[in-house]
Amino acid sequence: MAPTSEPILEVRDLVKHFPLTQGIVVKRQIGAIKAVDGVSFDLHRGETLGIVGESGCGKSTLAKVLMALERPTSGSVKIKGREIAHARGGELKRMRRNIQMVMQDPYTSLNPRMTVGDIIGEPYDIHTEVAPRGDRRKKVQELLEVVGLNPDHINRYPHQFSGGQRQRIGIARGLALQPEIIVCDEPVSALDVSIQAQVINLLERLQDEFNLAYIFIAHDLSVVRHIADRVGVMYLGKLVELGKDTEVYDKPAHPYTQALLSAVPVPDPEGRELRERIILQGDPPSPANPPSGCRFRTRCWKAQEICAEEEPLLQIRPGTAHESACHFAETHDVVHIG
Amino acid sequence: MKKTSPEVLPAEGGLGNEPLLAVDNLHVEFRTRAGVVHAVNGVTYSLNPGETLAVLGESGSGKSVTAQAIMGILDMPPAVIPKGEIRFRGTDLLKLSEDARSQVRGQRIAMVFQDALSSLNPVFTVGWQISEMFRVHRGMGKKEALTKAVELMDRVRIPAARQRVNDYPHQFSGGMRQRIMIAMSIALDPEVLIADEPTTALDVTVQAQIMELLAELQRESNMGLILITHDLGVVADVADKIAVMYGGRIVENAPVHDIYKTPAHPYTKGLLESIPRVDQKGQDLYAIKGMPPNLLDMPTGCAFHPRCPYRQDICVTEAPALSGISGTRSSACHYWREVLDGTHE
Repeated sequence: MAPTSEPILEVRDLVKHFPLTQGIVVKRQIGAIKAVDGVSFDLHRGETLGIVGESGCGKSTLAKVLMALERPTSGSVKIKGREIAHARGGELKRMRRNIQMVMQDPYTSLNPRMTVGDIIGEPYDIHTEVAPRGDRRKKVQELLEVVGLNPDHINRYPHQFSGGQRQRIGIARGLALQPEIIVCDEPVSALDVSIQAQVINLLERLQDEFNLAYIFIAHDLSVVRHIADRVGVMYLGKLVELGKDTEVYDKPAHPYTQALLSAVPVPDPEGRELRERIILQGDPPSPANPPSGCRFRTRCWKAQEICAEEEPLLQIRPGTAHESACHFAETHDVVHIG
Repeated sequence: MKKTSPEVLPAEGGLGNEPLLAVDNLHVEFRTRAGVVHAVNGVTYSLNPGETLAVLGESGSGKSVTAQAIMGILDMPPAVIPKGEIRFRGTDLLKLSEDARSQVRGQRIAMVFQDALSSLNPVFTVGWQISEMFRVHRGMGKKEALTKAVELMDRVRIPAARQRVNDYPHQFSGGMRQRIMIAMSIALDPEVLIADEPTTALDVTVQAQIMELLAELQRESNMGLILITHDLGVVADVADKIAVMYGGRIVENAPVHDIYKTPAHPYTKGLLESIPRVDQKGQDLYAIKGMPPNLLDMPTGCAFHPRCPYRQDICVTEAPALSGISGTRSSACHYWREVLDGTHE
């Protein structure tokens, strides 16, 4: 998919801090969890941007801010040139038609007391202008068919479906308002391997059919490689590397990306003794008190004095074709042997 | 602690031809109000010292129930073991008394669970919980046991073990908690370690740390490791041999290199083709159609037949036995030859 010129989603210097307070009667702010701390990227029509990172790196908070479920501390999120981060009321409602979400857990994100028809049709209750009341049932049945479920099951309840089928219901709900952007937050991580492939293929087919743009958030780097056109790697609230999937996976430039990729097990025992493993020591630092300068420096084998003093910006570095945030960025293929 | 007669307990050494641990035609059922759930339907596998056996399967395939039967931690009832043997150094564990069984559990065969946070007691310090192994099983005093706990925490590479021994589980990260679980499981130098999805809840970089730790501990002590997982990547990295489970049966049994190169069961083949890989940008993923079987209402014949591209009439009526392909490999498919050759439309 060749991205068209005009980005459909523009994110600039997005920051989300959650205040840490102390005291019961008189609350004082004693600090902040810096969940997302200055993230910028563009998303084009029909494109998939994968966001990878480990737990606690802020990828789910990023999803919530994009959806305007959380208000950013600062920065902007523009959908087709219009600001959603500070929109309110009717304006926000209209903008949300264009950006929908598929959640991670198909077991808890569907109301067990509502039928599938009600769940998928609920967006029409909120946005009544999309489908007149009489048409809704037919529209919901069409959606069920689009995601590969039997339209006759419209009156069933979520518990009558398997995990993979429930995720299809969640996807159908996301499609109901014909959005141009769908934010998928770990959409396949709760599913069995053989079911994962079905859902991934469905998402790819829907993208072709409706020219959707995806923000695909996942911790599984293999899945992201498969589905994404571009990939952003997050560490402690910041993007440390951003580029085309081939660039990030075959020529990673940031040490963290290299360590992350080298840790992913490859389902092929051939040459497993030769594979390069960068084992990171320790755990990521707390986002309430991130290290000065480069946030990865406490676990980085390349760290020098400058890393503690000066924060490396996300930019194209010498010898690389894509953006990375490291003073000593150097491409190094860790995934392929030999 | 009660004394058990020595003849019922399996002796160390003197293995002969008998593997360290052999599961033989094991069946486990759960008798529930909704009907009988056939969770394990004739599982056979074996493990030698120093070897890593990966048991691969999706949720509901019976891989964890088999492990729990080996450990003797199934709730019975509702679980029933109608037939089968679990031989540890030649002794059938299922025939032992509960006393003799508890001598094996934790000391000779130990287990690491998936979810370290819910497996640790939140109101005791980790040092207390690790040293409990020594107090209960070895009759040590509190002080001596705590010193041993610190040693163990060092061995599983928890930094600053001496300072952290009195911390509570919530003060540790997920990876550190899993290390504590591993410390408890190897405390008494078991001969067999069963790790049930030990890294599923962890991030990839932490997963790599934990798998490396398990491999090192195994090299040090030559224990047999049963790794239960659904992750084909982890298996490829560490396993010596693999047992693939589906619908409570082993459908394929093979050394690790063979299974990835030439799978001999349509389910294994389908799984391998359905996973995205980090080292290649794949085309369309192959998706195994349909869903895993309902254990309350298993399909007739081969449990995989409703999803199988190789299905013929015989598959619906007759369950294929796990039969040998070569000395080290076996497959439970009527058409394993076709699957091996890849001769299929």
